Amino acid sequence: MSAVASVAMPANAIRSGWRWAWAGLIVAIIVLYLNAEWLPWAVVYPKNNVLPLMAVVDIVMKWLVDNFSWLTRGISSVMEVPLDFTIGLFAKGFSFGDGDSAFRIPRLSWLGIVAATACIGFSYGRWPLALLTGGCMLYIALFGQWESAMLTLASIAICVPVGVAAGLAVGIWGHRAPQANKLFITPMLDLMQTVPAFAYLVPVLFLFGHGQVPALIVTVMFAMPPMVRATILALSQVPPEINDFGDMVGCTRRQKLWRVLVPSSRPLLMIGVNQVIMLTLNMVIIASMIGAGGLGFDVLLAVRAMKIGQGVEAGLALVVLAITLDRLSQAAATHKPVLHPPGTPFWHRHPYAMLALAILAVTTLLSTVVPALHEIPASITMTTAPIWAKIVGWINVNFFDAIEAVRVWLLLNILKPFKIFLLGAPWLGLAAAAAVAGLQAGGWRLALLIGLLAIFPALTGVWDKTMVTIYLCAIGSVFSAMLGIPIGILAARHDRFRSIVLPVIDTLQTLPSFVYLIPAVMLLRVGDVTALVAVVLFAIVPAIRYTIFGIRGVPPETIEAAIVSGCTPRQILFRVQLPLAIPEIMLGINQTIMLALSMLVITALVGTQDLGQEVNTALSKAQPGRALVTGLTVAFIGIIADRLIQAWSLRARRRLNLA
Amino acid sequence: MKDNSPVGAAANDLATAPRTVKLACRNVWKLYGAGAESFLARHGGDPSAEQIDKAGLIAAVRDVSLEVGVGETFIIMGLSGSGKSTLVRCLSRLVQPTAGEVIFEGRDLLKASDKELIEIRRHKMGMVFQHFALLPHLTVLGNVAFPLSIQGVDKAAREARAREVIELVGLAGRETAFPRELSGGQQQRVGIARSLAVKPEIWFLDEPFSALDPLIRREMQSELLRLQSLLQKTIVFITHDFDEAIRLADRIAIMKEGSIIQTGTPEEIVTRPATDYVAEFTREVPRAKVVSARALMSPAATGGEYAVRVPASAKIAAIASAIVAADRPFAVIDDTGKVIGELRRDAVIDVLAGREGRS
Repeated sequence: MSAVASVAMPANAIRSGWRWAWAGLIVAIIVLYLNAEWLPWAVVYPKNNVLPLMAVVDIVMKWLVDNFSWLTRGISSVMEVPLDFTIGLFAKGFSFGDGDSAFRIPRLSWLGIVAATACIGFSYGRWPLALLTGGCMLYIALFGQWESAMLTLASIAICVPVGVAAGLAVGIWGHRAPQANKLFITPMLDLMQTVPAFAYLVPVLFLFGHGQVPALIVTVMFAMPPMVRATILALSQVPPEINDFGDMVGCTRRQKLWRVLVPSSRPLLMIGVNQVIMLTLNMVIIASMIGAGGLGFDVLLAVRAMKIGQGVEAGLALVVLAITLDRLSQAAATHKPVLHPPGTPFWHRHPYAMLALAILAVTTLLSTVVPALHEIPASITMTTAPIWAKIVGWINVNFFDAIEAVRVWLLLNILKPFKIFLLGAPWLGLAAAAAVAGLQAGGWRLALLIGLLAIFPALTGVWDKTMVTIYLCAIGSVFSAMLGIPIGILAARHDRFRSIVLPVIDTLQTLPSFVYLIPAVMLLRVGDVTALVAVVLFAIVPAIRYTIFGIRGVPPETIEAAIVSGCTPRQILFRVQLPLAIPEIMLGINQTIMLALSMLVITALVGTQDLGQEVNTALSKAQPGRALVTGLTVAFIGIIADRLIQAWSLRARRRLNLA
Repeated sequence: MKDNSPVGAAANDLATAPRTVKLACRNVWKLYGAGAESFLARHGGDPSAEQIDKAGLIAAVRDVSLEVGVGETFIIMGLSGSGKSTLVRCLSRLVQPTAGEVIFEGRDLLKASDKELIEIRRHKMGMVFQHFALLPHLTVLGNVAFPLSIQGVDKAAREARAREVIELVGLAGRETAFPRELSGGQQQRVGIARSLAVKPEIWFLDEPFSALDPLIRREMQSELLRLQSLLQKTIVFITHDFDEAIRLADRIAIMKEGSIIQTGTPEEIVTRPATDYVAEFTREVPRAKVVSARALMSPAATGGEYAVRVPASAKIAAIASAIVAADRPFAVIDDTGKVIGELRRDAVIDVLAGREGRS
């Protein structure tokens, strides 16, 4: 709404004006829905007018491959060197020469890695962390997931340093060149974080060929954005006095950056590093499906073959690996350095790192003569797969009817009708509705942006798949909000409940999105309901978290004022806390929608018929145009939701005098 | 206010006469907003407040000129938003002034290249910050040695020098502590030590004690006086606390809305405030603490007999009880020991009683 209009008309008139506009729009959509033959081109976008964007991208990509394959293959072969090294180190060992005469260096001993991990855990968090991290690694070893886990770890060991260094470099550039940051870096980051990683997997695959290196490149691209953001934020939050101090002692530009600004923003930078690690893990899992092997591949195989026990085991290995990496990197981030008197030798200043290295060296050397240190002896490994299979079997036998009843009910009464409506509704009407929402929330410019983004899927011929994605995303988000907000409210008001909920959602958030598929598939087999359950499990976390923070963030004086005014606890909640927390809760819903979208692309693996499936198909057929266009469409859905909610949230905050 | 009195003139001469100028600035302007420089040029370098407002610019510093002598403690006093912080950043060129000159040791700092500026800052300038600006990842020793390490001084030499200044500010024994383990007062001692490590020619202190508790603040002021009596640095000190200014300053410049509205010794400012705004600050200041014997003396009667001789610079508060108890006037002598006037009991009582009766 423009400022002129709001001056000219009283607030009530504006509000009723919007009401009429919406009523008119909805009636128009319904009329067209029921009478599609009146304006057929507005209901179903004419096939002949589809822009050949996919074909154009395909041609450009083919040209790139034809003319620049020397470059991409070159990059591949350079990147293979460090990757081969870490794979050798963690998983396969090295061999020089051929056949039996080859000189072999064994991989790191499994027992050594377990002990070294515990040792590093001890240095950052004493016994609790040592037991946790050592125990997690031991679990992976004893439950037969070692080989896959080490393959995954080898990729992580390359991707994380590359991602951190690249993110730091781009972040520093963004900090030094605010113009470039505003015009280029931030929009790129927004896009990179909303385009599903799958989608740019395809062009990279196309350019770099099949194998581990493209998986690596995609992983770095996917994991880098938070490091860029953390760097820009951290550098901009260095107190101005520290900046002035750097100038006043006569630092050169380089000295000021590396000796003043970067070290003093270390805590925030380390949060970025932690995020890079977790996203790398998440992506390495997904990327392992295109040939990298590792835990993700195991999970995928098990899920596809419905081998429930193996799926759960591999999934649990993923979970413990994620927890180990997360806790270690978080502890390292908050760890305060200890000071040693000058002249202390290196091994005295880093006793635990030295001990860990020594353990690795000794056990690995011994492993050449003691086979048990090289391969995990079969006699001590165990498997829980049959147990899991039995449990799930038992649940299915005893609760099949109940679960099935819920599944069918959901499908018939909620999913199907909504899906049918969206698929039959006029595309022009829905796009117009999005634009009008933009106009109401943020004005003409937002309306224009949203309108353009909304007609993109129609123009490029993926409207129907887009509607399926929106239907799953919308229902998933609504369910997440309906479950998450009450949990958040309860947790905000009850300290004990909160002390349980917070660690649980912290852990849920560190898990790779892939893991969420497993329970859903086990209990519900494949289909839309399964996808929905996985989406809700994954996307509920921000709804809970932001609700807690929103309610707990209400200033204590405001609560005290309410108490003094004689409010009952219920009145405080509904009249004071919730209204004030709404902007925050809306931001949580925003995050929920983003997570739902990213999960939907993965649920394509359990057989949804949406954009994710398009990307998946494009991946298997190596069609970069199809993958990019559908990927962009998913990103545009995300951007529309994000901009609308941000604008609404801002309006709400203004109304509450919070911004 | 009675101007042109011989006594006031004498005090004025004393403040400005003998020192060579270390740092000066002439007609310095800092305007924020688009096109500030061309705007200033269009208005002949001297726009009015209305013109600035109309152009949508914000004036942080307006046409400031000042001179700081060698070894002088020069205090810039003003309330928040008066532009004092921007001014000190113009003087150190952390902020590029829109117009004017900043003359440091005879050369225009604003014309120095980046490289020259780095050299000047490395060897000739020290700065202490309001919120200490210590590097959180370095120890006390590392922080204090940091400016030297930036210059490439080798480790043994810079740590020896750092230990020296740490000892000087009374923090010996805390070298291995991290800033977060120190109290506010201790942290600022580190900040002071760090700024002194390079033996600066000019020492900028930007509200160094404003973030401290009142008791600690007083203690740190005494510490600064002690250090200054040892080191004799040229100091530019920023504060919003008039009592602090009175206590520490050789001369004070009072700022309001970007301009300096009065410069003078504490005594001058208290006894002869230039505007009502300045008078407002001075109202609560005990006169006896700033007024010196010189300002209060009357011409010596020939052949008068005196109880005691006091130096002309002695503050009234320091000699009040003796003179009130004495039955004869005191003789006021200059640096050479010559009697230049006499101090009567009734004049001192007037000051102590807070009567503006000096005539």
